[in-house]
Amino acid sequence: MVTPVHDLGAASVRFVEELGRLARFGANIAAAMLRPPLRIGRFVDELFKLGVLSLIIICLCGIAVGAVIGLQGYNTLIRFGAANSLGAVVGLSLIRELGPVLTALLVTGRAGSATTAEIGTMVVTEQLDGLRMMSVDPVHYVVTPKALAMIAVMPLLSTLFTLFGIFGGYVIGVRIMGLDAGTYMTSLEDAVDFENDVAGSLLKALVFGILVGLIATYRGYTTAPTSAGVAAATTSTVVIASVCILVFDYFITALWGV
Amino acid sequence: MTTDLTSTPRTDSAHLAFRNVCMAFGDRQVFDGLSFSFPPGRISVILGGSGSGKSTALRLIGGLIQPLSGTIIVDGNDITRLSERQMYRVRAKLGMLFQGGALLDWMSVYDNLAFPLRERRQLRGDAIAARVRETLVAVGLDGADDLLPSQLSGGMIKRAALARAIIMRPLILLCDEPFSGLDPISARRIEALLSEINQRFTITVVVVSHDIPSTMRMASQVLVLLPDGAVEGTPAELQAATDPRIASFLNPDLDAAALHEAGRVEALPSRAQTGTTW
Repeated sequence: MVTPVHDLGAASVRFVEELGRLARFGANIAAAMLRPPLRIGRFVDELFKLGVLSLIIICLCGIAVGAVIGLQGYNTLIRFGAANSLGAVVGLSLIRELGPVLTALLVTGRAGSATTAEIGTMVVTEQLDGLRMMSVDPVHYVVTPKALAMIAVMPLLSTLFTLFGIFGGYVIGVRIMGLDAGTYMTSLEDAVDFENDVAGSLLKALVFGILVGLIATYRGYTTAPTSAGVAAATTSTVVIASVCILVFDYFITALWGV
Repeated sequence: MTTDLTSTPRTDSAHLAFRNVCMAFGDRQVFDGLSFSFPPGRISVILGGSGSGKSTALRLIGGLIQPLSGTIIVDGNDITRLSERQMYRVRAKLGMLFQGGALLDWMSVYDNLAFPLRERRQLRGDAIAARVRETLVAVGLDGADDLLPSQLSGGMIKRAALARAIIMRPLILLCDEPFSGLDPISARRIEALLSEINQRFTITVVVVSHDIPSTMRMASQVLVLLPDGAVEGTPAELQAATDPRIASFLNPDLDAAALHEAGRVEALPSRAQTGTTW
């Protein structure tokens, strides 16, 4: 009886310690953002790697998800004679939930894991220690531009995902099922409120960007210096970030009604 | 505590020294009271088998890890008392050649060398270019400016990393296994480079190695890390040592019994006789 309780207590202590280290790491990143020199070049490089290289996957998935919602929505709404509301269903589903959540999950899988693997490999090959020996703070030079870029690209990619999703729903509803294009767009326009829906969607994407950026860089930075360590850190980034995205999505929705 | 084979007492210049340093990783004790002074402007070699703590000693000097207790002096500073931010000022006096080179893999050789100069912002662009070219020529890598680390051979990586380590003209150069993974010709080239750098710039060089012949050729002072202690001395003193641990380490083809028979070892001394406490 004592052993399971002891194990549970030890696991809880480790969890709290890890949270503390993560918070301190986040504070170091925040402090590094304010400390000169500004790493503009590094930040732009990361924007390209995390953002531009994710464009194709985001656009394709956006269209596919929008098309599925359009198809499912049309088949359901037509039974109640409410097919004219397809634009609202597609738009609200994507803007409020699917856009930011699926974008964050996709970016976690593509860019978050790559970020962890890249920093982890730098740990294994002693490149971070090399920077320290040259009196360059690795958090300032390597980690902060990556975390900032992740925060910056998430709302942009989420917006793109949503727009392509609406386009996918439009193609299914209007071009294939024969809905009137004006009806689709009017229903969408009437249903979507900028302050509640669009701003809320951007807020979610921003929070997810912070989460993925922090988790991916932290797991990379604390990688055990072995190839197995890099693999484990990369896997844990995807798992932990995905769970956090879904949990935080619930809380943001519940607290802010987004 | 370290066994000193030198007959005359040495003065502690406090240029670079371990004083009663204890270090452990979890339950595994690496150093228990290690004391050693590295002579300024000379080449010192830390010898030892795998897992004896050679690289740990270098990482302690660089402040990359902290000892459990004891003092580490780097150019007059006790670095065990310094914060990471304060340590950056001390590291400006250090250059380090990592075992795998640790070159930034997305940068060309030129940019890797120019990187620390650009970060310190003490030189202008043309002066940086001149310093990089001069250093590349010094290590025999002129013409490799535009190559990425992934396009270099093992020997070229070591030379590029050595060039980056000395480009800021450090007071102390730390080299972690500079000869490992190299063919004999490349290893001799690196050895010659280290000797030349030491003489030309009067840099204190600390080399971690398990290469006995190169150690005997280049070292002024040697620290041998053994499973049950550490022994220091000049190469000549070590080669003349009667301590079977040293004799068998320097000549691994001979086991202790053979050494005893051959008369190189008068008697197998106890731990107390060697003065080693760990």
